Amino acid sequence: MSELKGAAPPGLRSEAAGPAAPRERPRVSGKLLRAAGIAMVAAALAVYPLVITNGLATTIAVDGVIFISAAAAWNIFSGYSGYISLGHAVFFGSGAYTVAIGARDWHLTGDAVFALLPLAAVVGAVIAVPCGLVALRVRRHTFVVITIALFFIFQLMAFNLSFTAGSIGIIAPILNWAPATYNDPFYYIALAIAAGTTALAWLIRGSRFGLQLRAIRDDEDRARGLGVRAMRVKLSAFVISAFITALVGGLWFYFIGEALPQFAFDPIFDLSVALMAFLGGLGTVAGPVLGALIIEPAQQYLTTTITNDYLSEILLGALFLVVILLLPRGVIPTGSELISKWTARRENRR
Amino acid sequence: MARQIYQAIVDGILGGGVYALMAVGLTLIFGVLDIINIAQGILVVVGAYLSYALSVHLHVDLFLGLLVTVPAMFVIGVVIHLAFIRPLRGRERTSMSLLACYAVAIIAEGVLYWIFGPGYVTLKASYINSSVRVFGFFLPYIYLYGFALAVALVVLLYGLLYRTKFGRSVRATMQDQTAARLIGINVNRVAALTFGIGVAVTAAGGMVYGATSGGFNPNSGYDLISRLLAIIILGGLGSIGGALAAAVFMITLESVVDIWSPNWAILVFYAALVIVLTFRPVGLFGRQAVRAQ
Repeated sequence: MSELKGAAPPGLRSEAAGPAAPRERPRVSGKLLRAAGIAMVAAALAVYPLVITNGLATTIAVDGVIFISAAAAWNIFSGYSGYISLGHAVFFGSGAYTVAIGARDWHLTGDAVFALLPLAAVVGAVIAVPCGLVALRVRRHTFVVITIALFFIFQLMAFNLSFTAGSIGIIAPILNWAPATYNDPFYYIALAIAAGTTALAWLIRGSRFGLQLRAIRDDEDRARGLGVRAMRVKLSAFVISAFITALVGGLWFYFIGEALPQFAFDPIFDLSVALMAFLGGLGTVAGPVLGALIIEPAQQYLTTTITNDYLSEILLGALFLVVILLLPRGVIPTGSELISKWTARRENRR
Repeated sequence: MARQIYQAIVDGILGGGVYALMAVGLTLIFGVLDIINIAQGILVVVGAYLSYALSVHLHVDLFLGLLVTVPAMFVIGVVIHLAFIRPLRGRERTSMSLLACYAVAIIAEGVLYWIFGPGYVTLKASYINSSVRVFGFFLPYIYLYGFALAVALVVLLYGLLYRTKFGRSVRATMQDQTAARLIGINVNRVAALTFGIGVAVTAAGGMVYGATSGGFNPNSGYDLISRLLAIIILGGLGSIGGALAAAVFMITLESVVDIWSPNWAILVFYAALVIVLTFRPVGLFGRQAVRAQ
């Protein structure tokens, strides 16, 4: 976890480092280790569908990679700013429905539907502006509750408006791709988006913008006093996050093949992305990636292998609880602390 | 038309009493523990199913059954607090506890689905489908009894909070946890008992909800929690009087809008919430920006 240097006032820097947990600066060996780790994960993800051709395994993989983007996008807003949003399904669902409605009304078929993905992202970003303007006026719990309320408004609209086709849902156009490699294009599109999102998260974290966000997380009033335009910064992060979430929402719709109000606007999505970021490490770059790669496959595995839907739901909740109780600070911060402790001990011994 | 509106207002006030009871539990938990119990909605449904099981299998009267279900829910609340809320520590404690409650809600929903299935059930008793006519309004007995029960329990809670030593420690903890600890209040015990009480009221709320809602299933928890959250935010987080007023106001509003469009009536909740917060971010009765970060 490197605290990247930036043009923040000194008072802010020490706050951003966290009052209770002094973070050790990683040494050169740590940097090397990290670069090797990233390269390995990237290489493994890139060749995965070439090595493993099992249909179920690649389906789970596509889901997992979609959720890397979703969790990383959530983290760009909630992780960096400290405003926990439990309503990101609003943007996910809006993206899904944008592609669904566009494909239906403009009679798009086949590969042409993928051209709608940028539109889905833009729609998500546009929706985020009024939502953010209302929700970001309040903090903490009230903010969380407003995002939940927004989520229910959107789900309700999907159920009741005429152009969403209500609870009947919208079916995606059929793709005449070969069944054996059907998942591969989805996988690589999702992987490209995930790589882009992770890179963006890394860039933002090191930038002046990212430092402003983290200053808001640590003490919004003080950040404001030091000249951070809090509303503008928070809203920008919210919109960026919504843009990406809607983009993968659109892709997800085409992959699943159907948009239904209760699945496009799914309360479990809200909880999942938050937990992925928490599991990996809130506010870190690699955390949400790791969290998504652990939780989403586990979740998919549970729902596909256990035929009893209710049991899988119970196990899913239990999995979440275990994550919350055993790894409250996340894998990445806990892990890097362990590593730096270990190296420090080794150096002392010398 | 006017008659319909008056009837809707009367229904709303009577129904609002029940929501007030459930919302008071939620806001009490928030005030003492500084967390929002997202599981409150599903726990109300659990309470309703407990009453259902008692009345169907053991033929216990719904109101009599509360003598069993209220303590049962109290125990469930204390256990949830001890097992999942108290162990959480550190900077992200409040957000983690929110997620923990959410996870508890998912588990509870799954368990209810497993035991009772997805079908809608209703509570049955002689007083549910009969009504009395007062000044030309039809008042179903269950609404009257439910309202009376809610008022009685809210008065009881008020008495507990403002007339007993335990209540004083609860209020002290709500004001300042560190100071409360310094003057010798066992904050952990207060927190566990408050969580228990906040959950225990869902047994009564759930019973009346189950009897008046015309059918519920495990999925009803989402509907309930969204309303309850809107109510306590509107009333101002941590304000008990605010929760009471907001509950009656919102349910009445919903009941009136329901005359024109049942589908969109619930939207009124969120619209009212968004409008109020745009002009008054602390809610209708909240005094300051709830507890500085």
